[in-house]
Amino acid sequence: MGWRIISFYLEGFREMKLGKTLWLIILLKLFILFFVLKLFFFPDYLAQFGEEAEKEEYVSNELINRASMP
Amino acid sequence: MDTSLVDWSRAQFALTAMYHWLFVPLTLGLGVIQAIMETIYYKTGNAFWKQTAQFWMKLFGINFAIGVATGIILEFEFGTNWSNYSWFVGDIFGAPLAIEGILAFFMEATFIAIMFFGWEKVSKRFHLLSTWLTIAGATLSALWILIANAWMQFPAGMHFNPDTVRNEMVDFWAVALSPVAINKFCHTVLSGWIEGSVFVIGVSSWFLLKKREKSFALASIKVGAVFGLVASILVLWTGDGSAYQVAQKQPMKLAAMEGLYEGTNGAGLTAIGVLNPDKTKYNDSAEPFIFNIEIPKMLSLLAERDADAYVPGIVNLIEGGYPTRDGTPALSAAEKMERGKTAIQALATYRQAVKEKDEVAAQQARNQLDEHFAYFGYGYIQNPEELIPPVGLTFYSFHLMVLLGGYFILLFIVAWIWSVRGWFDKSAWLQRISLWSIPLAYIAGQAGWIVAEVGRQPWVIQDILPASASISNLSTSAVQTTFFLFLFLFTVLLVAEIGIMVKAIKKGPKIIHYKS
Repeated sequence: MGWRIISFYLEGFREMKLGKTLWLIILLKLFILFFVLKLFFFPDYLAQFGEEAEKEEYVSNELINRASMP
Repeated sequence: MDTSLVDWSRAQFALTAMYHWLFVPLTLGLGVIQAIMETIYYKTGNAFWKQTAQFWMKLFGINFAIGVATGIILEFEFGTNWSNYSWFVGDIFGAPLAIEGILAFFMEATFIAIMFFGWEKVSKRFHLLSTWLTIAGATLSALWILIANAWMQFPAGMHFNPDTVRNEMVDFWAVALSPVAINKFCHTVLSGWIEGSVFVIGVSSWFLLKKREKSFALASIKVGAVFGLVASILVLWTGDGSAYQVAQKQPMKLAAMEGLYEGTNGAGLTAIGVLNPDKTKYNDSAEPFIFNIEIPKMLSLLAERDADAYVPGIVNLIEGGYPTRDGTPALSAAEKMERGKTAIQALATYRQAVKEKDEVAAQQARNQLDEHFAYFGYGYIQNPEELIPPVGLTFYSFHLMVLLGGYFILLFIVAWIWSVRGWFDKSAWLQRISLWSIPLAYIAGQAGWIVAEVGRQPWVIQDILPASASISNLSTSAVQTTFFLFLFLFTVLLVAEIGIMVKAIKKGPKIIHYKS
């Protein structure tokens, strides 16, 4: 059963024509998204605060202090 | 907060969301159309319908491949650019997005392989089931995303926890089945069905203009026209429901959609109009319109289900005092801002009291916070004019969407009659109109999102959190850099999609071997 599923996918990929180009685009896009954009341009901003309590404190200060900012 | 940072963060999110929305509606609409065609093949055994479905499936695959994962960028932006907001809503967004990721995406990803690879390898029945489950998975993905979006427009089913500074879900069903969520889901998916139908009719018309694949094109047009017409009739109903929900929950958005400054009983609906550019303040003496045609009492009827009901305008919403549905006078913006500041101060007092282990003070502050939390976001508003969304963009986008919606109904009716009567392939004018209607369907979909998102500004979460309090403390240049990076990446991907799509269309379906 397991082999039939694997061979189903293998044959499917082997017989692809336009699909190969599309898969190339998908893989390239995923690489750019996760290994370029996410790593270098979109870090988790709150990750700089290690503990949950520090994040809570930071966000609460932000929410409180921004209310008084002009 | 630096307003240019707020605006660039908005612009970046808008760019990403609008780009993502170039692909989603066609996936939703074309997916159902190809499934209908395969169902006809399953029922009749006619190989013509198999080949027809396979052609549209190929275009579906191209669109899916280029569009897939573009929505993930939005989640990156939440974590980087909108960190206050992400923290504030984490528990509410977590559940729908997790369900979307686990259930819908994997369902879609599993069955799409069978749909593309399994034509000669699995039974007809199982293949058909896989095709329908693929589109069901895509639609379920949209459902959970739209539930999350609807919660931002109408926050329900949650309680704010001042200890964690997060909103926590207390009633999943209030979030999932809120009237805003249901209307938004139905309206959005149906708009995708319309876009898919216009796409099918337009591409088929191209074949007719080129005098190719006549039987394939006419059969596709018939399916597209009927499906599009059904979707359009349903969209009228969900559009009415959406407008009613906006009137109840986001009256400022409704006022901007209609360019309504002064509220009135028996308010008319602007059918068409040109806004007066000299009107620069909500309370100046300039008339709102240079020219407009109203349908008498229709806005009151749509907004309140009563032709004589009162509909507040922008001035009334800012100044308050008009009678609300329960008979009490509406609060002014200034009063709401005062309550918002009280709520934020209560949050500060509560957290200080907890640190000092003063339970009595903490409880008093918490009671005050709970009492005024509905106005929390107004505490960030410095000037009541900030509460008015861009009226021109909202008004014109709304009216363009409605106008195009009406045009598509006409197009589907004409396409259906002309195809049934055998006139379509002889009417080059209709073929050209149909082909050039494809970009209009995209414009209508984008206009709808502009109404929904621009019309709710300044709020990221309605009344609870404005954009100025939601964004991370980044440098404006960092956001500008990623904005232009996306612009470049998206342009390349879009050019690639259009190129591959056009090539696949030019190649045409493999119908030539079959006689219909």
